[in-house]
Amino acid sequence: MNFNWFLFSSPKTFYPLAGKIAPVCMFLASVLFLIGLYIALFVAPTDFQQGEAYRIIFVHVPAAWMSMWIYLVMAAWSIVGLSLNSRLSFMMAQALAPTGAIFTFLALVTGSLWGKPMWGAWWVWDARLTSELILLFLYIGHMALQSGIENVKRADRAGAIFAIVSAVNVPIIYFSVKWWNTLHQGASISMNKAPSMAMTMLIGMLIMALAFWAYSIGIALIRLRCIIGEREREAAWMIDLREDH
Amino acid sequence: MKILDLLQTLFWRDIQLAMRRQSDVVAVVFFFIVTVSLFPLAIGSSPTLMRAIGPGVLWVGALLSTMLSLTRVFASDFADGTLEQILLSPLPLSLIVGVKILAHWIVSGLPLIILAPLLALQFDIQAKEIGILTISLLLGTPLLCLIGGIGAALTLGIRGSGVLVAVLVLPLYIPVLIFGAGAVTASMNGMDPKGALSLLGALLVLAVAFAPIAIATSLRMALD
Amino acid sequence: MLAVNQLACHRGLSPLFTNLNFSLNSGEMIYLKGANGSGKTSLLRIIAGLSTQDFGTISWDGFDICSTREEYASHLLYIGHAPSVKEDLKVAENLMTSLRIGGVNPTDDMISEALSEVGLNKRKSLPTRVLSQGQKKRLALARLWIDHRRLWILDEPFNALDIEASKWLEGQLEKHLSRGGMVILTSHQPPNISPDKVRELSLSA
Repeated sequence: MNFNWFLFSSPKTFYPLAGKIAPVCMFLASVLFLIGLYIALFVAPTDFQQGEAYRIIFVHVPAAWMSMWIYLVMAAWSIVGLSLNSRLSFMMAQALAPTGAIFTFLALVTGSLWGKPMWGAWWVWDARLTSELILLFLYIGHMALQSGIENVKRADRAGAIFAIVSAVNVPIIYFSVKWWNTLHQGASISMNKAPSMAMTMLIGMLIMALAFWAYSIGIALIRLRCIIGEREREAAWMIDLREDH
Repeated sequence: MKILDLLQTLFWRDIQLAMRRQSDVVAVVFFFIVTVSLFPLAIGSSPTLMRAIGPGVLWVGALLSTMLSLTRVFASDFADGTLEQILLSPLPLSLIVGVKILAHWIVSGLPLIILAPLLALQFDIQAKEIGILTISLLLGTPLLCLIGGIGAALTLGIRGSGVLVAVLVLPLYIPVLIFGAGAVTASMNGMDPKGALSLLGALLVLAVAFAPIAIATSLRMALD
Repeated sequence: MLAVNQLACHRGLSPLFTNLNFSLNSGEMIYLKGANGSGKTSLLRIIAGLSTQDFGTISWDGFDICSTREEYASHLLYIGHAPSVKEDLKVAENLMTSLRIGGVNPTDDMISEALSEVGLNKRKSLPTRVLSQGQKKRLALARLWIDHRRLWILDEPFNALDIEASKWLEGQLEKHLSRGGMVILTSHQPPNISPDKVRELSLSA
């Protein structure tokens, strides 16, 4: 996501480049995911408190990290788009949103699956899970806003403003939810009481996180190509491309 | 002095317009009253239960009522073309926006703040907590109007904007709700509400500083 | 002086106009022609600073209007298609607030005078809701009597006006041009203004 000098490029020049990078990312993602999965299932020791069920944190925690990270990146591209008026930045933000939402959903589902054997409930109002839920609302709001506006230029910019405003709000939301938890003292349950981190566990989660990261870049680039294809459908260079194939 | 004259004109214009369409304002107030009454009907009315849910219910009611009134802030000016003239005013648009939101709060938020203590009696909330509730609403409702203004400006003129505004704005309202209702609950549990109230105040200051700019940018985009 | 350079505007995928170049000096009027949908309203809104162009620059007295938006706005008066009046305000209140929002501070006498000019003084305390389309248009145009900022941008000002009101409007335009003002407007028929002051600009679809 740090293609610094390419962000000045037009969709036309970035389109083929994205096409080359995406498969590399996906391949990397698959490899890292398999390694991470191996560590998660076979290498990391069984926790004597939580048994085997805890292994789901190898998906839950990296997914939660990605959901937050992608929102930040979306906001960053939004800032770039608004200040430099570059269409590609807006398209990149639009391409990232669904992936971010999926990771948020994944974090919620895996959190739920972890919670059930742990505390007997499918949902706990713990600070992190609740914040993830609100983050999911924000992702959905962003996507609803962009698809609800017909004028593409306005949709991009409105989405950008919402992404920036809500990204600024995310730490505030997280802090307020934590405060809310302590206030209502339901908070003996906490996802942060994960088993004390053996080195292998940490490495496993990091590798999974990297796998998710590579996957995000890859899928976002693929989605970006679709978005470019749709928006630039009438452009001469796009018509040439279609005819060549 | 000229800037103040202009802002005053706009302020009084908005107040006058709201006064001439009283049914809109009254509808919002009634929505607040009815919504708040729905909760005891749904949950049960034992005194301990009422006291426990009271602050939350009142806050949710105020929040939803404020949200209902949001589309009105810019919609009428947008529809009859006067918003364009406002955008062409030589004054900075963020100042104009600030004044419009202030007028909107006086018309839509203040009635809720005045009513809330009366409704709080229905929930057997004590005098001290009613005071804290009022302060929390005094700090919180302008905050809701400012954040909501961003949603209203972003969705101006779009089909289905009523629901879309709710989807955008409700997640952003959550911290305000938490600190607002939480201040009262904290006091009821013997804790100091000052922490929550000062956080609310800090958020209000942030919103006053930055929301008008976001709203002004969104308005220009909507009319592009 | 208004200068427009290589202005281009797209709606959706097709261009409305491209490579538009012209300038407007004191005492000049541009009469913008073109078929419906050819982009006249879009061009006027871009010049007023309400819409942004897709390419090109507009400068006022040498400065790009994008960077001097509020300063530029203080020199222009834009009257669009919609009468831009609040239905719930009285006629005189509408004129007063719209002038004040534009930065002009008239007295009540000036308001009455302006309303008499357009034949609405007898109705000045009525809610604007009861006015006809033509009367609302005249109310919108009453601003021209008081607001003499240099650049007038008028979108179909003659629409819905009867003969008497049209003659009044033409008179106001002439006076504005002799004062050194500038006008750019669209209309279905060429306005009756001294031809040496008027240039025609055609937007072909």
